[in-house]
Amino acid sequence: MEAKLHSKRPKHLNLFKIKQPLPAVVSILHRISGALLFFPGIPLLLCGMQQLLQSPDSFDGVQNGLREPLVKLGLLLPLWFFLHHLCAGIRHLLLDLQVGLALTQARASSRWVLIIGFILTAASGVLLW
Amino acid sequence: MKPSRKLAVTGAHYGARDWLAQRVTAVFMLIYLVALAGVVGVQIPQDYAAWKSIFQHQWLRIATFIFFLCLYWHAWIGMRNILMDYVHPLGIRLTVQIAVIASLLFYAVWAAEILWS
Repeated sequence: MEAKLHSKRPKHLNLFKIKQPLPAVVSILHRISGALLFFPGIPLLLCGMQQLLQSPDSFDGVQNGLREPLVKLGLLLPLWFFLHHLCAGIRHLLLDLQVGLALTQARASSRWVLIIGFILTAASGVLLW
Repeated sequence: MKPSRKLAVTGAHYGARDWLAQRVTAVFMLIYLVALAGVVGVQIPQDYAAWKSIFQHQWLRIATFIFFLCLYWHAWIGMRNILMDYVHPLGIRLTVQIAVIASLLFYAVWAAEILWS
């Protein structure tokens, strides 16, 4: 009976053939964004901070750079990584405090993490322009 | 029925500590970012002099440096978790872990150099 029931089960999981639930997507994006924030995120952040604080000339360089539409556009991706990581992290802390552990709530909050991440990225884009 | 003896606890005992450290550093970074947004957001510094004068405050330098230390500790725990999950050959894993630690130490010196120069 047992063998009959389970004989059709896949022997391994092909991640490209199964549809991931939303919390799994949010979770893997949390991890990918975290790795990218480590590199190249941290050195880029330090570079930017150094340019801002080093001298009036380097400060002007950053300010002029930020006027370029291409630079602004290019900043949106790292901003989204940061904001998604931030939102997913806050959700994670709430889950650790046993807030929103039920399946429906966990799915809803993962949807909100994605939505709020996009909204905050769009808002920072508006601030940039 | 009561268990006759306690379960033997084994391991290096850093798992729970790192788990907690990752969350505590995350909360500190969140508080710092909200506070910084408050400081900068009230009056957005328009030129170099204004920007520089904000970071002349010793308390902000120290808070920023602690922020970076939290960031590096947080990043180390995250990177170590990722490496333990995906990189199984011990030699490669150890090499990458050492590279991560070395870069984080370098970043710590760099952050201090930026803040106190």
